[in-house]
Amino acid sequence: MSANVLFDAPGPKTAARHRAYAIVTAVALVAVLAWVIYRFNEKGQFESSKWEVFVTPDYVRVLLVDGLLKTLQMAATAIIGAVAFGVVFGVGKLSDHAWVRVPSALVVEFFRAVPVLLLMVFTWYWLGINADNSSYWAVVLALTAYNGAVLAEVLRAGINAVPKGQSEAAYAIGMRKNQVMRLVQMPQAVKIMLPAIISQCIVALKDTALGIYVLAPGLTYVARQIYLDPQFNNRVPTMFVVAVLYVSVNLLLTLLATWLQKRYAGEKKIDLAAARGPRNPER
Amino acid sequence: MTAITDNFDLYLRGFGYTIALFVVSGIGSLLLGTFLVAMRVGPIAIMRSAAAVYVTVVRNTPLVVVFAFFAFAAPMLGITFGFLDVEIGQFEFSSLFGSAVVSLTLYTSTFVCEALRSGINAVPLGQAEAARAIGLTFGGTMTQVVLPQAFRASVPPLASVQIALLKNTSVAAVFGIAEAVYQMRALTNNYASERTVIFVCFAAGYVVLVELLSFAANRIERRWRIA
Amino acid sequence: MRRLKLGMAAAALMVAGSALAACGDAGSDSEGRDVEAESDCDGKFDDGTRMAELADAGEINVGVKYDQPGLGFKGATDDVPAGFDIEIAKILVADLCIDPTGDGVNWVETISDNREPFLEEGKVDLVLASYSITDDRRKVVGQTGPYMITGQQLLVPADSDVESIEDLQGEQVCSVTGSTSIDRINEKGAKGVGFDSYSECVQKVLDGTVKAMSTDGSILAGFAAQNEGELKVVGDAFSEELIGVGYSKDLPEMCEWINGVLEDSYDDGAWADAFELTLGPSGVETPDPPAVEPCQ
Repeated sequence: MSANVLFDAPGPKTAARHRAYAIVTAVALVAVLAWVIYRFNEKGQFESSKWEVFVTPDYVRVLLVDGLLKTLQMAATAIIGAVAFGVVFGVGKLSDHAWVRVPSALVVEFFRAVPVLLLMVFTWYWLGINADNSSYWAVVLALTAYNGAVLAEVLRAGINAVPKGQSEAAYAIGMRKNQVMRLVQMPQAVKIMLPAIISQCIVALKDTALGIYVLAPGLTYVARQIYLDPQFNNRVPTMFVVAVLYVSVNLLLTLLATWLQKRYAGEKKIDLAAARGPRNPER
Repeated sequence: MTAITDNFDLYLRGFGYTIALFVVSGIGSLLLGTFLVAMRVGPIAIMRSAAAVYVTVVRNTPLVVVFAFFAFAAPMLGITFGFLDVEIGQFEFSSLFGSAVVSLTLYTSTFVCEALRSGINAVPLGQAEAARAIGLTFGGTMTQVVLPQAFRASVPPLASVQIALLKNTSVAAVFGIAEAVYQMRALTNNYASERTVIFVCFAAGYVVLVELLSFAANRIERRWRIA
Repeated sequence: MRRLKLGMAAAALMVAGSALAACGDAGSDSEGRDVEAESDCDGKFDDGTRMAELADAGEINVGVKYDQPGLGFKGATDDVPAGFDIEIAKILVADLCIDPTGDGVNWVETISDNREPFLEEGKVDLVLASYSITDDRRKVVGQTGPYMITGQQLLVPADSDVESIEDLQGEQVCSVTGSTSIDRINEKGAKGVGFDSYSECVQKVLDGTVKAMSTDGSILAGFAAQNEGELKVVGDAFSEELIGVGYSKDLPEMCEWINGVLEDSYDDGAWADAFELTLGPSGVETPDPPAVEPCQ
């Protein structure tokens, strides 16, 4: 339903009232913003010493390379792993053999119900023995498992969204289940699933920030190093810069998802959210 | 197994905090989310943009960063929760709890807003047209006709958002609240050899809570099903 | 048309970015002490001891803090951590003929909570991370030293009228999770609240979320000095902590060796040097080195 069914084109009195509301809201927003800036200024958050870090080449390099790049690396590795995990267990869930279907379903349900942070802490301790990169891999493995389970459900929804006629025709010409899945259903399902995969990328990227609890490298870790340094002591500016970086990257990914949706899944727009079911949260 | 059996009170206390965070933030996010969606679809352009900007920015920020903002920046703005000092049995709800609840509410309300918006879009066009036809204002249309039906249609996405909130309460561990994941890390540190058992027990706790919530959501959805 | 606009916007951003990037000049290089490795370790250690193994391998893993300025801190652009704990570690490492500033030393970040698991699993050979010696910890890991004695005091806002821990009955006092400080706070009747690093506690005291923070007096002095005029250290030391070196309980021979190296550093002034370099700048007077406890 489009929004302008909810309210009529305003007449003169309503238009005046709306203008009044608009002005009040605008004034309120500006006032809040001004107060926030004033308070931060009072606490010296706008001093150049606190912001100078972000234009110093060494620190910028560290922030972008050790921070952002590392985070992107973790997220990318996790997503690739998650796609593999999702394919394996998604296909498993669709199997005709109960001994494959039931364990796959249990694995998927388990990893969807457990918080990512819990997985990260456990994996960190589990890998802890003589592994130099245990924090990095703890984050990657935990994210792989969690997003993999989500993608398994998405795969299932995607395959169920492929028109039934496709698989019926494939069976009619004598293909076996394995071939039908591999040659006919999967390629079409993947096209439909692309936006969902991108949105899981965004989720994975946001969740890499949790790595700070297991001392994993990445953007939040570098941010902590910067603001704990007694020379700077600049929590608020640092968190602000970090937030801007995260939001920018995520917005770019969203744009990518929208473009992919238009290009590839134009004909068949399935309601993935409903198909995924209530247990698959989009975070 | 001794890790859990000897420290069962810590185990329960951890989940107690989890549930407390979930309940308070859940209610808060539903309220704030409803308010946001009303702004989002309303007649006043500036409110629409403001809500849209807020939702987009907060949705794309990691929850840890939202928490961090509240832990560091809010006190500078004078928003401390020093007045909060409730004690119920073994549980202490102090300023840390207050800021955790606010962070979770602000973050989850954006997802609630989007879930409700999808619900509103699912309400048949004719309903709103009929409401206009009998002369209801925007406020009346929303409260009497659209929102009640929208809530019904948004139960599945809302349920998934609340389940996500339950799992997101774990992030409070990073900021000092002694909830389930915090206790799990503490126990694993002290009983390093039993870490798998500890993990399974805590995971089981979460699975139980998530299943309960799912089950409740399913029942609600079935009862409120329109067609 | 849109692509052209996007392209121009991107180009503009890059130009602006590189122009800005030339502007800043923050940060400084923090150099530790120059410690030279011993040159001859042949036959210095008995065969089969862990020290001989380490000297032969030329590699050692040392667990330190990365987030406690003055004791163990690694800034964003630093390659190695710096601080008092690290300086003492360098002295120990040098005794094994391993270059303390070279690749042979693998500095591992440890937080208060995971010092014991890291030692038990062999992830690190030594732990120097504000590690208080307690009987409980001695049940699972080996501890020796101390190389620093600290008295727990309070850090409060400059205008606070708190004078000692007794004034804070039932109030929240901040310290680091898993440290003995929290236990001492609770013993005295206040409520210990744990965070991952001292700096976070300082922030909480500054904005009034907690009434006070408590840990070793010299660390507190450092923070008070950094935030001139806003914080003060009060109270008599209400508990004494012995900061020691952690090692694996399965390797008791490490104890004698560590004690030996520590005592040498007291005698030749290396310990005092290290203290002045790291904790001195915050205005703390260099104390006398503590007496090393005999091995058990």
